[in-house]
Amino acid sequence: MSESHTDAFVAFDRVQKSYDGASLVVKDLNLNIGKGEFLTMLGPSGSGKTTCLMMLAGFETATNGEIRLDGTNINMVPPHKRGIGMVFQNYALFPHMTVGENLSFPLEVRGMDKSTREAKIKRALDMVQMGAFANRRPAQLSGGQQQRIALARALVFDPKLVLMDEPLGALDKQLREHMQFEIKHLHESLGITVVYVTHDQGEALTMSDRIAVFNDGRIQQLAPPADLYERPDNSFVAGFIGENNKLPGTIEDLSGDKALVRLATGELIDATPVNVTQKGQKTLVSIRPERVEFKPEMMPAGAHVIGAEVLEVIYMGDILRARLRVAGSDDFVMKMRNTLGQTRLTPGDQLKVGWHPQDARALDPI
Amino acid sequence: MTTSDGRPLKSALATAQRRAKRRAFLLVLPLLAFIVITFILPIGQLMHQAIYNDGFSANMPRTTAWFAETPPGTPPDEAAWEALAHDLRDAAAARTVGVVGTRVNYEMSGTRSLFTSTARGAARFEPPYREALIASDPKWDDPVLWGTMRQVSDAYSANFFLAALDMTRDVNGKIVPMPEDRQIYVSLFVKTFLLAGLITFTCFLLGFPIAHLLATLPMKWSNLLMILVLLPFWTSLLVRTTSWMVLLQTQGVVNNSLVALGIIGEDGRIQMIYNQMGTIIAMTHILLPFMILPLYSVMRPIPPSYVRAARSLGATSWTAFRRVYLPQTLPGVGAGSLLVFILAVGYYITPALVGGASGQLISNLIAFHMQNSLNWSLASALAALLLAAVLVLYWIYDRLVGIDNLKLG
Repeated sequence: MSESHTDAFVAFDRVQKSYDGASLVVKDLNLNIGKGEFLTMLGPSGSGKTTCLMMLAGFETATNGEIRLDGTNINMVPPHKRGIGMVFQNYALFPHMTVGENLSFPLEVRGMDKSTREAKIKRALDMVQMGAFANRRPAQLSGGQQQRIALARALVFDPKLVLMDEPLGALDKQLREHMQFEIKHLHESLGITVVYVTHDQGEALTMSDRIAVFNDGRIQQLAPPADLYERPDNSFVAGFIGENNKLPGTIEDLSGDKALVRLATGELIDATPVNVTQKGQKTLVSIRPERVEFKPEMMPAGAHVIGAEVLEVIYMGDILRARLRVAGSDDFVMKMRNTLGQTRLTPGDQLKVGWHPQDARALDPI
Repeated sequence: MTTSDGRPLKSALATAQRRAKRRAFLLVLPLLAFIVITFILPIGQLMHQAIYNDGFSANMPRTTAWFAETPPGTPPDEAAWEALAHDLRDAAAARTVGVVGTRVNYEMSGTRSLFTSTARGAARFEPPYREALIASDPKWDDPVLWGTMRQVSDAYSANFFLAALDMTRDVNGKIVPMPEDRQIYVSLFVKTFLLAGLITFTCFLLGFPIAHLLATLPMKWSNLLMILVLLPFWTSLLVRTTSWMVLLQTQGVVNNSLVALGIIGEDGRIQMIYNQMGTIIAMTHILLPFMILPLYSVMRPIPPSYVRAARSLGATSWTAFRRVYLPQTLPGVGAGSLLVFILAVGYYITPALVGGASGQLISNLIAFHMQNSLNWSLASALAALLLAAVLVLYWIYDRLVGIDNLKLG
């Protein structure tokens, strides 16, 4: 499932969208989605991800460019002829119909006969373990149950592509995590293609084959979850996905896949160059809190270390979270596993922190 | 169940809530008193008047007593003639003979002058009274007149309701239809309900798209549109109605424009006012906001995702509208239609001004009996029938749609 899919199932080709004719909400979007893929569009609100989904569903028209579904241009195809299943943010279950009638609706408008409809409805309801609820009204169901019905309704007419617009946003944490796995399993067992929109990075990391991180109307990075987390392409992605320490500095030396960065306060640190190309360039070094080490035996030989003072230690159960003063900044975070032999730090302790060079990524300055 | 100190839980709860309940009751008391005094009592009085009229019995006590003592159909004996002569004399002195004549005249036309002219000479009547009265006017010998007087001597009577339904009693007290040329009320009721239904339907046809626009346009535009919808509310009813006269009369703006555009000829000007059409146009305009506002209040909270969901599930825009959007607006459609229909059924001023002869509704006739013919009892009976019909409609609506399915705002 690489980006060089020539026979992509869904393709955005140089798509642009403007609402007011003065500014672009989506700027030059190119995206290929393979058959059977689970692709998540992730980004802050206003980043253009929902607009992209609405263009794919047919509720918005692309101002420029082409959207293809299974090889055919669908720019001019009305939503009801696209055959795309969709799960909405607030489920959009028809309140005046029972669960069974809700599921029957897409089959009726397709002119299916009664026995076919009943068989399909039963299969779809069983699939989401809601077989006993066909005669209830949506208002009589809990949020999680409504969510399952919305899912069943989007799948009952066997669409090849299913769009989900923040479908779990209204559920509580525990239920949300449970539903994430159920949706993932449905996707795997049915072999459908899913385009999923969310602003919850945890959800995106858990469920997706690939994630497209949106910001400012552009895809900032398109990659599988592990790549996205461990090898962010730029400062935005690094900052948006997971927690992240940022150290501004200048490239002191550059050799192959290693860079030496001089911080504003004079210390030298190791890093991996990502989008820096020459000495003297300004950069922002990004390090994950759980990859910061303070025990010399955990660091590679000859690693540069940097002085730190413990300001605060927060007990979070499975981990300990320490806030340090590093290079003149007060918000450097280090996470330690809460194991039996773990060193207990107290505020005021003086440390030397360091890391593997591949964990520190020298990115573009913001 | 008891509380921890052993009192029954129910009475403890009642004590705890008593103060709040009393305060709530005292707060609504002024409104309650206002409604009872200015609304319930007058309406009750009016309803009573529809079945009670003592115009005869209060002013002709002796004759009334004679009718009470004798069985129906008894020919008048000398005692009856004497009672009549004395009553007429007293009524003339008290200047109430007009009231008596009017009351009898309601049931038997042409009798008012008989009472007033006979009463003028009643002081000089001497026994035998039968001959004296017949000498004064031979009509007194008419058994139909005596039958009618017997009927009206009872202050309580259903005759006004019979009259309001184009029926009357014959000499024997049997209920029969009015002569054809005097049947007006039933057909007017039918016309009123048909016109009100038509006005409700046009209001729905015009109001639905406007309400939908109001509910879906961006705030900036919907506010402007809302002001336009509400503008008629802030203009005097009289001004609005008279401006329709300016627009619609044969030499009015609309006809002049049509002639100027060559669509109709100078001699083909359309009569759009002072007939049913005028009533329909002007009342549709006046009642339109009452349809739009309930519709709008129901449409506003319907999120666009419902129609989108229907579309994504394969429905054409028409199917999505018919099967998903329209059913959700039904409480508003019901509320708006009921409101407009009930207002239209009882509307008075607009049909009076622009309705001409053919555009008059039942309320115009009620007003006529109140103000011109002064037959308050008949007016009350007509009004009571109108009220009953509206209540029946309300009941049917409740059975068909359910009154909980009504949303006014």
